[in-house]
Amino acid sequence: MKTIILNGNPVEAEENTTVLTCAQKAGVRIPTLCYHKMLSAYSGCRVCLVEVSHRESKAPPRLMPACSTIIDDNMVVDTESETVKKARVFIIELMLSRCPDSEVIRRMAEEYGVFSGENDDVVRDYLLNRAPRVKETNCVLCGLCVRVCAEITERHALSFETRGVQRVVTSPFRKVASKCIGCGSCAYVCPTKTITVEEAE
Amino acid sequence: MASQYRMNLMVCTGTGCVSNKSLNIIDALNREIEANGLAEEVQVIPTGCNGFCANGPIIVVHPEEIFYQLVSEEDIPLLVEEHLLKGRPVQKLMYTPPETKNPVPTMSEIGFFKKQMLIVLSNRGIIDPENIDEYIARGGYKGAAKALTEMTPEQIIEEIKASGLRGRGGAGFPTGKKWEFCRNAKGDEKYIICNCDEGDPGAFMDRSVMESDPHEVLEGMVIGARAIGAKHGFIYLRDEYPLALERVLKAIDQATEYGLLGEDILGTGFDFTISVNRGAGAFVCGEETSLIGSLEGMVPEPRTRPPYPAVSGYKGSPTNINNVETWGNVPHIIARGAKWFSGIGTETSKGTKVFSLVGKVNNTGLVEVPMGIKLREIIYDIGGGIPDNKKLKAVQTGGPSGGCIPASLLDIPVDYESLKEIGSIMGSGGMIVMDEETCMVEVARYFLSFTLGESCGKCSPCREGTYHMHTILENITKGKGREEDIELLEKMGTLIKQTALCGLGNTAPNPVLTTIKHFRDEYEAHIRDKKCPAKVCKALITYTISKEKCTGCTLCAKNCPSKVITGERKAVHVIDQSGCIKCGICKSVCRFDAVEVE
Repeated sequence: MKTIILNGNPVEAEENTTVLTCAQKAGVRIPTLCYHKMLSAYSGCRVCLVEVSHRESKAPPRLMPACSTIIDDNMVVDTESETVKKARVFIIELMLSRCPDSEVIRRMAEEYGVFSGENDDVVRDYLLNRAPRVKETNCVLCGLCVRVCAEITERHALSFETRGVQRVVTSPFRKVASKCIGCGSCAYVCPTKTITVEEAE
Repeated sequence: MASQYRMNLMVCTGTGCVSNKSLNIIDALNREIEANGLAEEVQVIPTGCNGFCANGPIIVVHPEEIFYQLVSEEDIPLLVEEHLLKGRPVQKLMYTPPETKNPVPTMSEIGFFKKQMLIVLSNRGIIDPENIDEYIARGGYKGAAKALTEMTPEQIIEEIKASGLRGRGGAGFPTGKKWEFCRNAKGDEKYIICNCDEGDPGAFMDRSVMESDPHEVLEGMVIGARAIGAKHGFIYLRDEYPLALERVLKAIDQATEYGLLGEDILGTGFDFTISVNRGAGAFVCGEETSLIGSLEGMVPEPRTRPPYPAVSGYKGSPTNINNVETWGNVPHIIARGAKWFSGIGTETSKGTKVFSLVGKVNNTGLVEVPMGIKLREIIYDIGGGIPDNKKLKAVQTGGPSGGCIPASLLDIPVDYESLKEIGSIMGSGGMIVMDEETCMVEVARYFLSFTLGESCGKCSPCREGTYHMHTILENITKGKGREEDIELLEKMGTLIKQTALCGLGNTAPNPVLTTIKHFRDEYEAHIRDKKCPAKVCKALITYTISKEKCTGCTLCAKNCPSKVITGERKAVHVIDQSGCIKCGICKSVCRFDAVEVE
């Protein structure tokens, strides 16, 4: 067993537990987007960032993804510090500028005060009101569909293509994958409901 | 380097000189030497990069060390006749400093070479990189022999720790400590990797070391493998470096043949092999976890650290990654001792650093300097100053992860801490000199366009954030900047640095943040006055023809690609602004300096 200090309170959990699992057990809520308990951690969306430091280290606290950071004795985790809140809000704002109509992102933005907060923040003003949209899509590139297809159904019918903002999720050669069994797992895990399943003839 | 020859002609065959036809020069030399019956007396040797790339192709004639530059095939008959037959070195092929008119005959008298201190590049221009015997003749594999026969792995690590060597890839992590982590990590299989995925714009240090002295890197890896307990090593080499690839593969074959790689190295019972993996052109592969992913056959994407590769790297095994230059230092430290090495440099940064000195500087090339040297010395004493007597504006170090250092800070010492303090980083060694005609906002936009294109797209702050920062910068350079944009860039940049997944995103905003810090007035001029002080940003400049200076020669009108310059012969010409594409050709062709830019 390992013990961490979570928001000032000692919390015990088994070895190799992630900060996220540990926090969930202790009833501390950390938002997630690209995480699913049945899939490998990806740590791409960055919405679960928390501040992590070590009692025995002089190094300043660092923002780490709760979904893939493994707990250790003497680890000090803060999920609600000013730095964490600012980082979290920034990530949500980035997501919102990418897909302003996505329900799940809007709900998240509401929960974390993106709409109700002060309106004089230049970053928020830019991302919500002025920034051009990268692509007309609600896909946040969380990769849950890619992972569920590879790890659960072991079909590997979906993957990322190209890099940076050009990145998209697609099937091989952009055609219906011969390996796809139409199970609908990808649509099921998609947080923004960008994938739809059609009945075949 | 057989001693029976009276003269050795060392011809540079680094990428720069080869592309300027130095291989043809070698053929021409051999032909001419043969024709003059000198084949028994004079030998031509292809060498690795000499370093003075701007002035290639380069030939250095030993033993006198006569330095010839900008040599072409046509010069060869004259050179052979005058120097080789008659003993009269050819002055017109010698280096002539711009400030004097006196040719400098020998290499060591040239300013570019004077202040350099060579460790990693100590064999440059001296040995044939494709010949292991020449490497051995210069003391090569002595360090490996010592490490394998006289030292325990722990002693090797202690020696590297004591030397103070830090990672030359840029971050500066102590090498000995890194090795120790990996050695102490649990795992039956361990791996070492040489990172030669050099991708910073303007950087070619790793390429040159690989091309000029591949055995040095291999020897460093043998020593590291012994210290860490690895049986296999990878060299991750970007595929854009075909010559480096060819030479390192040849070097591996030769070392294997000599029993310096493979099974039972030097009869010590130690086995170690090296394979080369060609990188397919993703900048993010320079980041160690992405590099490992790529080696494993996956799409290169970084992953969260910890666990660090020293604990869980290639295929989950403990793995140690070092940069080419770091490996290149190792044989020298083991052969000559930690004490010698730690005597060079500053309190916290030991040894030397190789830089590729490029941009608006007279002597472009590869330089190796002791840590702690001042930037001013590199740019003026070694680099020979700024061309056309222009003023220096800034020096960029660390590539897309680094920052711009203003001319006012030229006297800071080059070491890891000092560069970090002013917002830049040591980086892997790219050093781009910028003169007064460089627009710092445009420089920031350029670097952001680079990271935008190279972001892997896994994490949202790097993927989306660099896109937004680039858009904002582009607007500023187009005259569409807004008053709050500087604050916006600063805040967004700081947030991206904190939240991105890997080193690429963590450092991507640095070129923007440092240019704002040191050149805020240029940003303000773009935003408030809609002016580009350096007169670079096309949307913010206008070309006009001076009524006083124009003689009506019609040259500008003839050369204008848009045909928007009108005027009678011998009358003042006028540019129609509505069709001007601001290419600047009129200004460059005008003989009377009549075209003005505002």
